[in-house]
Amino acid sequence: MFFIKNVRYKSILDIENLIIPDHKITCIVGESGSGKTTLLKLFNKMISSDGGEILYNEQSLANINAITLRRKVVMLSQNPSIFKGSIRDNLLIGLKFAEKSLAADDKLYEILKMVHLNKGLDEDTENMSGGEKQRLALGRVLLLDPECFLLDEPSSALDEDTEHLIIEKIVQYSKANNKTLIMVTHSKKAADTFADYIVEMRNGRVISQREV
Amino acid sequence: MDKVVDLQIWQMAAAYVFVLLLLFIVRRRGINREKEIIISTFRMTIQLILTGYILVYLFEKPNPFFTILVILIMEIFSIYNIIKRVKEKLSSRLKKIIAFSMIIGTTTSLLFFILIVVNVSPWYDPRYFIPIAGMLIGNAMTGISLGVTKLIDGMYAQRNLIETSLMLGATPEASCKPVVDGAFDSAILPTINSMVGMGIVFLPGMMTGQILSGTSPVTAIEYQIAIMLGILGSVALTVILFVQLGYKTFFNSESQLVFADK
Repeated sequence: MFFIKNVRYKSILDIENLIIPDHKITCIVGESGSGKTTLLKLFNKMISSDGGEILYNEQSLANINAITLRRKVVMLSQNPSIFKGSIRDNLLIGLKFAEKSLAADDKLYEILKMVHLNKGLDEDTENMSGGEKQRLALGRVLLLDPECFLLDEPSSALDEDTEHLIIEKIVQYSKANNKTLIMVTHSKKAADTFADYIVEMRNGRVISQREV
Repeated sequence: MDKVVDLQIWQMAAAYVFVLLLLFIVRRRGINREKEIIISTFRMTIQLILTGYILVYLFEKPNPFFTILVILIMEIFSIYNIIKRVKEKLSSRLKKIIAFSMIIGTTTSLLFFILIVVNVSPWYDPRYFIPIAGMLIGNAMTGISLGVTKLIDGMYAQRNLIETSLMLGATPEASCKPVVDGAFDSAILPTINSMVGMGIVFLPGMMTGQILSGTSPVTAIEYQIAIMLGILGSVALTVILFVQLGYKTFFNSESQLVFADK
């Protein structure tokens, strides 16, 4: 699905060879500052590499329109912004941005359940905790139903139990719907439990990539 | 109508008492502003005297070339002033957009005002063209300066929100809409607010000038209403052009955020 060859980005990344398999759960692990987030941003053209080639479904990223790509390969950053307004507004805004048809309330509640957010759709987001906001942002991404998810530490603001529960849900969803999931995680345990494929990074290089 | 009181030199000189008063206050209080006060008083005097003589010359010999030249100088000066006044570092693309928006926004509203609203003949009559241009350009300059600051500050402050939107598949335009709308709103707000107080809180300069020179207050008010609406149009047009083009300078062709020079 993603194929990387000789990719460099400033002095942050230098990757000779990397393959991210289709319809699998890939975890990217490594110390902070090892280039995990930068790599993720390359996948949906939030940034572009200084050299080398990245292929998505055998097509060079250079030939894919950035916005089209981002609607297929949706990224959730480590500190996603929550927009002013209600929970419903925040869930629907992704669909509006991606110019997709809006979802009915049933569907929105289903998503909230999936991310363990026991809240009403009309509730204001202003007083939500960091962990709740993170789950809401995750729900917003799931609602977009893209081909591929790029999740950057999707559970960093959660306690360990909730973290496990949420990641399990996303993994189940991805498998059931034949999605590709690429997740940066600090938790080696989560990677060992859920990943089909693990990529380990250090100092901007991939030091190992293996199937589990 | 009474004849206008022509000020004698000694009367003019008497007005400088106000400057002496200010100088006295700052010196007494130890506020270090004397130099600026003297320089600005001096500049104001010299600039206005020169302008007065230039206007006398232009009014006596109306010439489309000179009228256009004056407008051009005003535009250049205002663009230079905006770029100097804004504290943020401006990319060269943004500077070009400021110049473009000022020139297109103000000349469009100016031509509409001169040709349709006032219907001046000949169109280049400097007695109308120059003061009206000065008001439209001056106000557009203030508006766009605010717009530039708000747009740049907003792009930096809302960077995370914009990035989140892009990651969800938003176009650059959709991702910046709150920032662009906010910049536009704050740029036109002073003009809207000034209309609210007009006639009650203060009598605007142009109207005061016309009344002092013997024009009937009713005529002065007609002009004032028209010019106020012209200013509103000129500010709105200039600022919308600027924000609509300006946000694009923060993106490259791959719809990626680029913050040059910072």
